[in-house]
Amino acid sequence: MATSATTDIWKGGDQPPGGGGFGGGGSGPGGRGVSRRASFTGLMVLLAAVLMFFAALTSAFVVRRGLSNDWVSTQLPSVIWFSTAVLLASSVVLELARRALKAGQRENFHRLWIAGSVLGSLFLIGQYMAWVQLKAQGIYLATNPSSSFFYVLTAAHAVHLIGGVLALLYVTVQALRLRLGPGKRTAIDVCAMYWHFLDGLWIYLLVLFLVWG
Amino acid sequence: MSSAAAHTAHQAPTGFIRKYIFSLDHKVIGIQYWFLALFSVFIGMFLSLLMRFHVVFPDMKVGLFETLWPTGASGGVMTPELYLSLMTMHGTIMVFFVLTTAPQSGFGNSFLPIQIGAEDMAFPVLNMLSFWTTFIALIVMLAAFFVEGGAPLGGWTAYPPLSGLGAIAGPGQGMGQTLWVVSIAIFCGASLMGAINFIATTMDLRAKGMTFMRLPLTCWTWLVTAILGLLGFAVLLAAGILLLLDRSAGTSFFIPAGLVVNDQVMNHKGGSPLLWQHLFWFFGHPEVYIAILPGMGVTSQVLSVFARKPIFGYRAMVYAIMSIGFLGFVVWGHHMFMSGMSPYSSMAFSVLTMTIGVPSAIKTFNWIGTLWGGQIRFTTAMMFALGFVSLFISGGISGIFLGQPALDLYLHDTPFVVGHFHMIMGVAAIFGMFAGTFYWFPKMFGRMMHEGLGKLHFYLTFIGVYAIFTPMHFLGIAGNPRRYADFKDVEYMAGLMSVHEFMTYAAFFTAASQLIFVINLIWSWTKGPKAPANPWEATTLEWSVPSPPPFDNFGGVHPVVHHGPYEYSVPGAPKDYVMQTDPPLVPGTVKH
Repeated sequence: MATSATTDIWKGGDQPPGGGGFGGGGSGPGGRGVSRRASFTGLMVLLAAVLMFFAALTSAFVVRRGLSNDWVSTQLPSVIWFSTAVLLASSVVLELARRALKAGQRENFHRLWIAGSVLGSLFLIGQYMAWVQLKAQGIYLATNPSSSFFYVLTAAHAVHLIGGVLALLYVTVQALRLRLGPGKRTAIDVCAMYWHFLDGLWIYLLVLFLVWG
Repeated sequence: MSSAAAHTAHQAPTGFIRKYIFSLDHKVIGIQYWFLALFSVFIGMFLSLLMRFHVVFPDMKVGLFETLWPTGASGGVMTPELYLSLMTMHGTIMVFFVLTTAPQSGFGNSFLPIQIGAEDMAFPVLNMLSFWTTFIALIVMLAAFFVEGGAPLGGWTAYPPLSGLGAIAGPGQGMGQTLWVVSIAIFCGASLMGAINFIATTMDLRAKGMTFMRLPLTCWTWLVTAILGLLGFAVLLAAGILLLLDRSAGTSFFIPAGLVVNDQVMNHKGGSPLLWQHLFWFFGHPEVYIAILPGMGVTSQVLSVFARKPIFGYRAMVYAIMSIGFLGFVVWGHHMFMSGMSPYSSMAFSVLTMTIGVPSAIKTFNWIGTLWGGQIRFTTAMMFALGFVSLFISGGISGIFLGQPALDLYLHDTPFVVGHFHMIMGVAAIFGMFAGTFYWFPKMFGRMMHEGLGKLHFYLTFIGVYAIFTPMHFLGIAGNPRRYADFKDVEYMAGLMSVHEFMTYAAFFTAASQLIFVINLIWSWTKGPKAPANPWEATTLEWSVPSPPPFDNFGGVHPVVHHGPYEYSVPGAPKDYVMQTDPPLVPGTVKH
């Protein structure tokens, strides 16, 4: 580390680096290990893990489909289209809620955020209905590889979404108890980003089923 | 959750439960992980001794075996199935609960926040959850010993079809294997939580002045390891879920059609066992680096401190760590040369595997460069770090052999592979842990360890592990098959049995030597001399605070960093080391 030593010696020490960029640091005096920045980094890292998880399932999907002669395409249940629309709507509504809060319209935020959470829960019910529809057609988890992947991928997505709904409910409760300080604004942003991500993930899965399912 | 964490974590807890059990303090969580790994390593070692014993004395009746496994060793003689279950559990416990746990979660938790000048991890509650989830995973794994059929037989890699069929595939393949998969899935969750914390903490909680190029190399290795864990464990989790469904829900992801087991046709269709191998090794190879990278970090740290020299080529070290991390993700196929993959794929995986030799050599030469001309202080930590370098070279060189498909086809199912990965991934990593323990014990527990006992322990262990694992290479070349419970009826093995005997005695000798470590640990913990803040005259931030550090690490002060992590023997400096938090040196006082 001679470079750093020499630089320090010649320049008489460094200026503490500012934020951002390669070499930025500084937790500053704010709180024990918690900052808005760390929350976003944590979220990004979590999303990377979720992405990797679904990438692994996708690769299994592609390989299993390519290798076998027992693949029978699964007809997507019709309720899927309804739940997809609901999920997209939930993302839009949550985004409107965030804008309302930025504009200082608390009441509006409450209403929109609760509406977004309800729509999110409705999507989960829609997914359950999709399973019921498949079951009615006699298509189960082990019926054929295509249906296996349909159940596994929708279930894995739903589990992540349940986490998202819980987070939305947490924010709702905090909002109704009028505890939306600046710290909670981070929670709102993190929730919303996570939700939009799951939204995009669902569209991806839908395309996967439509093209290859 | 994060803000709740901040709220709770701000005050030092006073109750026993909040302070030592469900603690949010990264230092306590680090020590919890360390003890979990210590507990696990003794179980893993015990299992390996039983295996070594059985290979050499296959017919000897041992009451203890029958007491422990009334079915698996009825009459005191171990069945081959029991031997395989011991092998599976030895590998699994060692890889997941020792090699993944202690170097990263143990030392990383204990020292990452202090070394970067933070008060704690970014998400303390998540950190606590991560430890307790790991703990539950260990309990579930150990429970496999006690269920009907006992522990699984499928090896730590759990290859299907064997691992995917259930009890019909053998004792232990029923509930035992299910618990194995569930435990690994839980462990994946815990590792992901840990990785999120490590990455967010390193990226965002560095003290003022702690630029990336001033991070101690330990922090670099913990960061890259966290990224490897993040990407690897997510894939293993996905694979584990599919395997569980094959076992319990009748799906056919990994189980092929028309499989006949014990005269019974299996009701599976069209699955691919190779799919599991790909998914598993996509995690499994980075896992090797998850185990070894933190050891490299500790070694770099310790070599520099006790050679009283800056680490040779800091930047090259950082880029080597990154390259090893990256290359670790593109070489998984070299574990599958035997699977009948296309020779073109083998060639590609082989070339990429050889490429890892480059950053590995950079690191090795830099370690030697660091030692060159240094005023070496032979502390126990230093001895273990030197041992690490030695084992890393010995274990790494055999990797060059195995990375070539033509040689691997011959050597793969022999102890040559076992010797190779034990030296590099097992023992080198463990030497890294010992180096870390002897180096950081004063900071973790506030007392010094006994250097005399430490050195004795080092010499015996060093000789012992070479005595166990070097002969494995010769056995492999001689055609000794791997995973066999005994060689009673294998004629051509008769001449090699004396080598096996030697290895078994060496294993018992090495295990016995570990008692010295245990004695040292207990003695030091209770009676060791109180540790000063900076007993090693080291430069990084953890040595700027009392031993052990206060609850918030820096006593309410926010450290500002002015120096790199390895400023030893700087010309013109008042001492032979400049701490990272020391004020900048005044220009003009420098001698040239």
